[in-house]
Amino acid sequence: MAILVIAEHDNAALKPATLNAVTAAAKIGGDVHVLVAGQGAQAVADAASKIAGVAKVLLADDAAYAHPLPENVSPLVVGLAKGYGHVLAAASSEGKNLLPRVAALLDVAAISDITGVVSADTFERPIYAGNAIATVKSADPIKVVTVRTTAFEAAAATGGSATVESVAGTGAAGTAKFVGQELTKSERPELTQAKIVVSGGRGMQSGDNFKLLEALADKLGAAVGASRAAVDAGFVPNDYQVGQTGKIVAPELYIAVGISGAIQHLAGMKDSKVIVAINKDEEAPIFQVADYGLVADLFKAVPELTAELDKA
Amino acid sequence: MKVLVPVKRVVDYNVKIRVKADGSGVETANVKMSMNPFDEIAVEEAVRLKEAGKATEVIVVTVGPTAAQETLRTALAMGADRGILVQTDAETQPLAVAKVLKALVDKEGPTLVILGKQAIDDDCNQTGQMLAALLGWPQGTFASKVVAGDGAVTVTREIDGGLETVELTLPAVVTADLRLNEPRYASLPNIMKAKKKPIETLAPDALGVDVAPRLTTLKVAEPPKRKAGVKVADVAALVDKLKNEARVI
Repeated sequence: MAILVIAEHDNAALKPATLNAVTAAAKIGGDVHVLVAGQGAQAVADAASKIAGVAKVLLADDAAYAHPLPENVSPLVVGLAKGYGHVLAAASSEGKNLLPRVAALLDVAAISDITGVVSADTFERPIYAGNAIATVKSADPIKVVTVRTTAFEAAAATGGSATVESVAGTGAAGTAKFVGQELTKSERPELTQAKIVVSGGRGMQSGDNFKLLEALADKLGAAVGASRAAVDAGFVPNDYQVGQTGKIVAPELYIAVGISGAIQHLAGMKDSKVIVAINKDEEAPIFQVADYGLVADLFKAVPELTAELDKA
Repeated sequence: MKVLVPVKRVVDYNVKIRVKADGSGVETANVKMSMNPFDEIAVEEAVRLKEAGKATEVIVVTVGPTAAQETLRTALAMGADRGILVQTDAETQPLAVAKVLKALVDKEGPTLVILGKQAIDDDCNQTGQMLAALLGWPQGTFASKVVAGDGAVTVTREIDGGLETVELTLPAVVTADLRLNEPRYASLPNIMKAKKKPIETLAPDALGVDVAPRLTTLKVAEPPKRKAGVKVADVAALVDKLKNEARVI
């Protein structure tokens, strides 16, 4: 049976998380089809058709899909899903919003946030903030799955030559209306896609002090993240939060500054390749997961680190 | 309007969980249990709607073992009016819980259902979306702000890139994110009062719902442990390690 991957996009460009979902689909095995539900999203469909390993792209172009409202998109996916063995999406805020709704309409379980494919019906997923990994097997005819993007490499964005087929939209449910959005503007890479992440915690003491981290991040081409404590204290916006209930990141290098390392925070970053912790409290739990720990006053160490990188 | 708030009894968020030696699951015997933190936020939001004169009654419901009554009492002490325990010792998976909740919505007729966005034990993040699907209602997930108006509710949602605002026709389902509010601590007089508030106990069968799990857990394992790292003496040593040993910069 073929696998349907729901593309994530903003009608202009395909979001990279889709590429990780395609890799998970390829691991399950079977033809991979990508659904682009949008308005004026031909460019997205064209981009999806070039992803290596994608056999077919379905484009549902309709005003009802101008924004990814699950009330409108779920009937479309449900209608298409009957021809597939699996429906996949990235475990992003968008995928997590949509796929459980699709699963319930299909009367099947949803499998959230998989980190491994054991076989076509068996998957690994983290539970208890990643402190345990469950292997679950689904007996349902259609497996509805969200994919933790950090656990799967991105598929190559080029090299494919899938056909693009138009599918009819299912219209608007009329119960939900998009009012607006406020996106955090940043020149830095997106947190979940960045190769290097510099995160600050309560130890930063103020939002203003995050400038120290921003200077370091800019030197490294890094994204800036934060612990829940820093977000709760109002230092930075909510979408900076890394952790169990925030963003899950697994960059090449994660630099935790003034972060004590609560299990909920570790859940969001402990799969990073290299972890650096800078904290003045040598007992801080973050040092137990850090490859390199520096016990120091961050207000001295961070500018020093930025300056040291300048020398190179 | 009536507001229904489903809550879940979970291992307390401060507990460091242990995977059972036989790989069958996570040790929950003799472990501190609490209300799922996101559900506390949901209860708080509902109680605030009542205090603002927008909600007439707040009903809390849980699906789980007899001991889950404690979780209902906590919610009643926070200000909910009455509780419903749908008693089952079976493993409760989101689709089954959503079906139980749909049956209760049909029975109780709430205008708004507020849930936590995810439970911190199975980390599924599904039940609210599934309930909305089964009811054919709109959903405002990961809410950081809820404004209930006449016939509609405006929900500000936390999305990956920032915030999104949607307007949902009532009745609707809302799931609470961390920053929706700060839940109150129940005062002692309110804890005493809560003991007198009614809790109804139902069986899933009585609601005509099959709660059999759809997913079989084959095993539960500990995640790979990170190797203990090293402390470096100063910034220069750190940069040297990152460049020459880890080769990440």
